[in-house]
Amino acid sequence: MSSVTRRGLLAVSALLPLARVLPAGACEVPTGPPAAGPFAPPVSGREMMRRRFFPDVVLTTHEGKQVRFYEDLLKDKIVVLNLMYADCQGACPAITANLARAQKILIEQGKGNVSFYSLTVKPEEDTPEKLKAYAEMHHAGPGWKFLTGKPADVELLRSKLGFVDPNPQVDQKDPASHSGMVRFGNEPHAWWAACQGQTNPEWIAREISFVIPEGKPAAG
Amino acid sequence: MEFNSLGERVSRARFKEMYNAFRNRQELIKAGLMNRRSLLKMGLLSSTGYLLAKNGVSAWAWGGGTYNGGQCASPPTTPFTLPLPIMPVKQPIAWSSLTPAPQIAPNTTINPATGLRYEGRTRAHQAPPLGFPFPTPVAYQVTQRAGLVTVSNQLPQQTIWGFDGISPGPTYVAQYGTPVLVRNVNALAGDNSGFGFPSVTTHLHNAHNPSESDGFPQDFFASGQYYDHYYPNVLAGFNSTHLPNGDVNESLSTLWYHDHRVDFTSQNVYKGLAGFYLLFNQYDTGNETTGFRLPSFPDYDIPMMFADKCFDPSSGQLVFDTFNLDGILGDKFLVNGVIQPVLHVHPRRYRFRWLNSGPSRFQQLYLTDLTNLSANNQFWQISNDGNLLPTPIQVPAVALGVAERADVIVDFTALAGKTLYIENRLEQTNGRGPTGNVKSAGQGGLLLKIVVDLPQVADNSVNPATLPAYYALPSTNATPRVQRSFKFDQTRNGEWTVNDQFFDGLHPRFTVQKNSVETWSLSGGRDWEHPIHIHFEEFQILSGAAGLYPDSQYGGTWGGGSGWRSGGSWGSGGGASTGVNKTRKDVVRLTSRGDVKIFMRFRDWVGPYPMHCHNIIHEDHAMMIRFDIATNGDTNTRP
Repeated sequence: MSSVTRRGLLAVSALLPLARVLPAGACEVPTGPPAAGPFAPPVSGREMMRRRFFPDVVLTTHEGKQVRFYEDLLKDKIVVLNLMYADCQGACPAITANLARAQKILIEQGKGNVSFYSLTVKPEEDTPEKLKAYAEMHHAGPGWKFLTGKPADVELLRSKLGFVDPNPQVDQKDPASHSGMVRFGNEPHAWWAACQGQTNPEWIAREISFVIPEGKPAAG
Repeated sequence: MEFNSLGERVSRARFKEMYNAFRNRQELIKAGLMNRRSLLKMGLLSSTGYLLAKNGVSAWAWGGGTYNGGQCASPPTTPFTLPLPIMPVKQPIAWSSLTPAPQIAPNTTINPATGLRYEGRTRAHQAPPLGFPFPTPVAYQVTQRAGLVTVSNQLPQQTIWGFDGISPGPTYVAQYGTPVLVRNVNALAGDNSGFGFPSVTTHLHNAHNPSESDGFPQDFFASGQYYDHYYPNVLAGFNSTHLPNGDVNESLSTLWYHDHRVDFTSQNVYKGLAGFYLLFNQYDTGNETTGFRLPSFPDYDIPMMFADKCFDPSSGQLVFDTFNLDGILGDKFLVNGVIQPVLHVHPRRYRFRWLNSGPSRFQQLYLTDLTNLSANNQFWQISNDGNLLPTPIQVPAVALGVAERADVIVDFTALAGKTLYIENRLEQTNGRGPTGNVKSAGQGGLLLKIVVDLPQVADNSVNPATLPAYYALPSTNATPRVQRSFKFDQTRNGEWTVNDQFFDGLHPRFTVQKNSVETWSLSGGRDWEHPIHIHFEEFQILSGAAGLYPDSQYGGTWGGGSGWRSGGSWGSGGGASTGVNKTRKDVVRLTSRGDVKIFMRFRDWVGPYPMHCHNIIHEDHAMMIRFDIATNGDTNTRP
């Protein structure tokens, strides 16, 4: 492949038989010679994710506090986010219970720096007070925020984060229709994934811990 | 407050999209813009013939991502200008240059520079205690790292993650009977452009490997670590049914290696972590004057990895739809890492090794002559999922779900001066599965342009039209120890289930007794199509395998006996396998409400292995089940 550069950006480390964690500077955005056409310069991974998926809408927590979705809830954090509504008789209680158990496990393992968020899909019904009662009923652990907001903002988040059915008719009938997959991620590193809310809470805790860096932190 | 035509409340954003869709459709109709050229002029048709999903033209466009509601809108590229890349053959290195030296047990010493163990492996190699050599006769070191590549001259260079910094990675050329050790180094670091997780595990799909070298999804290792794989390159049955060398009829030829990291596989494979691994032996020799006399490698034996991807409209960079859990359909078609390349060939027979690397799209590949669309350009399929068929079968097309492979022989002898295209004619509009429609010739996605303009050369390969015999299919008469059934489905809230349960990586769902025989029934829920993959051994399909999707041009003419079923892929499947499906395989397409029965052995090695959907988006969202092979197995028929 003559058009491919064999030496990656990490050329120095690639020569060593044993790759080392990179020194400072490795976090820079790689660039190449510009192609024909007015292309915008590439942005960092976390900026790409912010622009595409994380509108900075204002939400209200179950404690009545106003928060901005990106700046206050996601930025610089390791997060877990699921969708629910207070009167849900289906899988929501089971998933919330699993997440509560997973949160406990993580805290026991010394990995308590994870922010748990639950966003209601019925913002017209779920007032902060109602969400507070729900949180207490499920013994949500420290720092876990239950969120509501303006219906248009909640809708926007729901669709940005993929909690939708592609068919608008199906989707409108049941806004909780795609809520079984819980999003989790490490915002500064732009590591994002989704896990099954109804599986074994020990496995959920393990999955969340994937995005909690271990070993010596990379200097960069 | 807005309402749709059914009187249901819709959000303002959704209403706006629906209204725009309506207005755009009105304008299209008013302008009489319903023919192909007008749509091309308006920029609504891609050069490959696909209607571009512009925001507002589709009323189903929903708001994920920054462009066109979750559908791609890659910048335009000029097809068929870059040559088809041929990946370099991976070169072995001296065992003594591997530092630290490989060990049978994992190297758990802490590397002071990283604070992590040198090696990410946690289980000892099973092969040396069984008499396999250590050191191995051949050793490799491969490094997973970022690389800057050109996919098109109309796009900026792309940062990919690749084995040795290229994508596809280097091609391994391996021999049965010659074990190899691969030191797999993780040097992935730096900004990931929004997708890609620098903790990896590499699966060799679908070698008969001991579990600790197979790339089990949870055998991941971090940046700064390495993982030694011991690939025995041995035939199944060597320590059980066919001592001492295994059953030659269990030979594989075309394998691929790719990332398999639990929860992050799709991002990593999409970002470039995949390559080919080819196995040769005394029959499939790579030399067309010996053995089965298949076209010589590498000159006339070309691996082709197909992928479809999305590029950001403003930056031209590769992008990944992170929160799309249905399946991603790219609008740019890559072969061996380059968008719509061109290949020049001599007028003789070639072996092409076709692989659909996804992430989600289903393909039905034809050879199309754009100057003669009604021409019936048949060719020969000689293998299925890397397993040579009992004899070549002449086919008009090949169907490939993600991870399926097909080796084909195309005879260009009578086609000197002509130009053909590999065309995917299968229609697909979302990640759930193909619509079932097969487009007419020239209306599909053109993947590779092949120009037959190189000089005449000698062709010493066997003409598949003489119907040479390859391997014999191993018998499936043995009585199974257990018969199990697996239902693949989705809960109402979007979680994948296998037998109504979720994926738990911490515990095997069931245990198979080593060296036993089982038959499995795989059934699919409604509305989705899934390519189901089982690690470890090739299975044989007893019944229910989907054939080619029905094609208006050939559908009525071809019956089951000629190699594929005219009943196509929809419906309950039914009959016994024929043609290209009368074979060993490791990926089987499960159609909507499909029902497939397979025969499988679990010989020689022990440990955890997965079965999973190979739409890599589904795989990540845990359409997967873990089973362990052990000395004693259970008899749970619906685990």
